[in-house]
Amino acid sequence: MTRKEMTNGRPDTAKVLVTENLTMQFGGVVAVDKLNVVVHEGEIVALIGPNGAGKTTAFNVITGVYTPTNGRVRLFDRIIAENRPRGKMKALYKGDDAGQYKDDVVLTPDKITKLGVARTFQNIRLFKSLSVFENVLIAHHTNLKAGVLRATFGLNRKEEKDMHEKSMELLSIVGLDHLADEVSGSLPYGMQRRLEIARALATEPKLLLLDEPAAGMNPQETLDLMAFIRDIKDRFGLTIFMIEHHMNLVMGISDRIYVIDFGRQIAEGTPVEIQANPDVIRAYLGVDE
Amino acid sequence: MKKNFPASVRLTLSLIAAVGVFFLLFWLEGQRTEQGMLISILQKSVILSIAAVSMNLLTGFTGLFSLGQAGFMAIGAYVTGLIAMPVSSVDNVFYVSGMADGLRSFKESLSVLPTPLLITLALLAGGLIAAIFAALVGIPVLRLKSDYLAIATLGFSEIVRAIIAAPQLDRITNGSYGLKAIPGFDSGGGRGSLLIPFGVAVACITFIVLLIRSSYGRAFKAIREDEIAAEAMGIGLFKHKQLAFIISSFFTAISGGLLAMFMRSIDARAFQVTLTYDILLIVVIGGIGSITGSIVGAFLVTFAKEWWLRFFDQPLVINGFKVPLLRTGFRMVVFSIFLMLIVLFYRKGLMGNREFSWYRLLSWPARIGRRKKSLPSGDEEALK
Amino acid sequence: MTFTTFIQHVLTGISLGGAYALIAIGYTMVYGILLLINFAHADIFMMAGYFMIFAMSSMPWFIAIPVVIVVTVALGLAVESVAYKPLRMSPRMSIMISAIGMSYLLQNLAIYLFSALPRAYPVITPLKQSFQIGGVSASLVTILTPVLTIVLVLLLMFLINNTKIGMAMRAVSKDYDTSKLMGIKINRVISFTFIIGSALAAIGSILYFTDRMSVTPFSGILPGLKCFVAAVLGGIGSIPGAVIGGFFIGISETFLVALGYSTFSDAFTFLLLIVILIFRPTGLLGEAITEKV
Ligand SMILES: Nc1ncnc2c1ncn2[C@@H]1O[C@H](COP(=O)(O)OP(=O)(O)OP(=O)(O)O)[C@@H](O)[C@H]1O
Ligand SMILES: [Mg+2]
Repeated sequence: MTRKEMTNGRPDTAKVLVTENLTMQFGGVVAVDKLNVVVHEGEIVALIGPNGAGKTTAFNVITGVYTPTNGRVRLFDRIIAENRPRGKMKALYKGDDAGQYKDDVVLTPDKITKLGVARTFQNIRLFKSLSVFENVLIAHHTNLKAGVLRATFGLNRKEEKDMHEKSMELLSIVGLDHLADEVSGSLPYGMQRRLEIARALATEPKLLLLDEPAAGMNPQETLDLMAFIRDIKDRFGLTIFMIEHHMNLVMGISDRIYVIDFGRQIAEGTPVEIQANPDVIRAYLGVDE
Repeated sequence: MKKNFPASVRLTLSLIAAVGVFFLLFWLEGQRTEQGMLISILQKSVILSIAAVSMNLLTGFTGLFSLGQAGFMAIGAYVTGLIAMPVSSVDNVFYVSGMADGLRSFKESLSVLPTPLLITLALLAGGLIAAIFAALVGIPVLRLKSDYLAIATLGFSEIVRAIIAAPQLDRITNGSYGLKAIPGFDSGGGRGSLLIPFGVAVACITFIVLLIRSSYGRAFKAIREDEIAAEAMGIGLFKHKQLAFIISSFFTAISGGLLAMFMRSIDARAFQVTLTYDILLIVVIGGIGSITGSIVGAFLVTFAKEWWLRFFDQPLVINGFKVPLLRTGFRMVVFSIFLMLIVLFYRKGLMGNREFSWYRLLSWPARIGRRKKSLPSGDEEALK
Repeated sequence: MTFTTFIQHVLTGISLGGAYALIAIGYTMVYGILLLINFAHADIFMMAGYFMIFAMSSMPWFIAIPVVIVVTVALGLAVESVAYKPLRMSPRMSIMISAIGMSYLLQNLAIYLFSALPRAYPVITPLKQSFQIGGVSASLVTILTPVLTIVLVLLLMFLINNTKIGMAMRAVSKDYDTSKLMGIKINRVISFTFIIGSALAAIGSILYFTDRMSVTPFSGILPGLKCFVAAVLGGIGSIPGAVIGGFFIGISETFLVALGYSTFSDAFTFLLLIVILIFRPTGLLGEAITEKV
């Protein structure tokens, strides 16, 4: 770990996200294998790897959708997930360093979101039959103060008004304000991706996880997206951890890159280092050793 | 896209309609001898509309499928019945094994309250007890896939019925003899047979509508649309499902309490699974996800069942020719086939997920005219 | 409770449990493949009761039984093709409502056709023959039920593990979408599942009603609920699980009734469901699956 801090030359910045030996095994399939990732405040870090490498699974573990089989996830020095192989998994487990993690910490995804992690989904998951505006408005519910009765009787009018205004503002930032009343499921693909980002931002995150934000976009759209990601990062003071296949985007925007293949972490470094790494090239070209 | 009148116009129209309905009901109440049938069907419709709207809160807005309506209504009905029944009737009703002493002295201490207050209290108590049961049932069940909710609530409902009729509870629920002498809506002073149930329904449904429009209601819809995405947006699944389930059960029990007052005497057989299915039928016909639909559906189904289609159940002979099929039970067969037809071919029901709007209502004739006019061109299309 | 009455109750419990097991298999198989609680299954079981009444009024029992099985299977297939097949691609909620609609329809149809009053179930003379072993007396049906159940289940397991259609069934219940891509004829597999489920329900119904002696349009509801709980207890999707669950519930119910808590025997089933869902939602033999996100 000290090595990583030094290679980054930024030992002072706070670590937003740390995964320690994070492992996710489904039955006999090890989707994520001892992943050790550190994301510092203000960084844009990318997670890349061939199809089925376990990237989305890693996101799902970090956001609490799955409980890891082994390992630990820290968010700002707070442990948000910790587990070791237990029960049936003890016999099935394929790793070696089991038992090192003594506490079991399981937080549901909503709790993790409340701690400041927001995400988008690879296979877009909007609230399809609701309007564009409602999609963003709903995400503000996370930070709602009023209880049910107060909200039902409209006694939190100020709060409601703020939520509406902030939602509209977010929509104009992502350029969808003119479509606020449209049914979100009817938007074209690229706009749905933007809406998902707006919705994630509405939870007021510190760490934003983007799962293939440029999927299905043409080169021009990808360029726009790159500028857009930089823009929201600065505007909201975000830290960004993203999965992406478009190499232009990844190389152009990331401070650092992690590469995984078959769940294993095979490289870590700056875009320049990664481009020159023989292991990475081998993984992507699919050459057998 | 969403055309509508300005708020002031809508408010005025609504006020006029409300005042109109109020006086209509007030007038109808006075015509008890001439309009007895109409009054009783209106009462039943409005009572079921509360249950249907509560069910829709779960099914249509939160995406949860609960089949416990009859059970929660039974709880509401029995609690309301027990509290509201005058102490003077207790011995008559519990003539077999008498009423439990604790319950009896509790009732005696309540009997100082004026009747309207006592009835209000009775309805609220029924709602609260049902809400507590809902919370307990919800803890294990709402964390799992939603089909378990359906089966667990169905089971719960049957168990409530079995327990109410259990001989061990004779001194509380009067076992299989049921409760009698429950005060009706007009017990306060001759009036209110329609205004009371309508008033309660307006209060309950307004609450549910406001809830749905609040931030919590939006969170419910998010859960309905996509649980995983909702959770990722910070919406606690269990907390919000539990909330919807408890609130829905509360109002379902209020509806049950009103039903007890409507029926005056109840027993466990009134709360069979078929009651739940009747409410489901209303929700599906009205449109899953439309409050207006559930209300309209409640009136439509009740009127059809209790009045317009009654003749289905009576053998009919015209000029010596016996009309086939018509006899006891045919009505319900028709209703169940109708339910299947809607589920299979017209899933939106009457209203889909739209709500009432003055604009839509008043522009209805115009829209129909337009549709008629556009028909010929449609035919041309077909001819090509 | 003396030893002989104890044995007597055990026998009754095992017998009831066998009938429950046969019905529970229908729930568990359909759930395994369609992820659907087939609410109409309980009413198919109830209808099978009426079919037997009519069949026995005009035929000897050894012809009536196969006829009833065939007619019940036809009803099961009809329910599948009317209420479930058209909704394969629909939201889960619609399919569930359709299942309930079907149950509602069958109940109302039974009321219309046979009236809501109980109808006497015919006596199948050979089944009613009674034995006397020591102080314990039992009719043939009591002894036959568990034996028949075990034989049928072994047969079913053999079918599933060794025939082409059985393997297709397993594949579909493991991964619906992939099996479809692999060219498995899903509709055939589903029809087959309903055939087996309904046939077992018909046999279960004969065994169950022979002991109960009357049928009403609502006769299916409670046994149906209990058998679903049996399937959940055993681990939904698992056939041996459903059998274990069925026997467990049958035996516990019999003992509760024997101890004088007959109304609470139903409540017990429900409590059991809650307890399983809290402590072991996958049931005894079920496996946890994580949904892909
Ligand atoms: N819930 C699950 N149950 C079983 N296996 C799973 C589950 N989720 C993921 N997997 C398996 O884990 C592996 C990694 O999948 P994952 O979706 O994380 O890959 P990915 O790197 O995101 O790929 P892509 O680039 O295609 O999105 C795959 O083999 C997948 O089949
Ligand atoms: Mg992925």
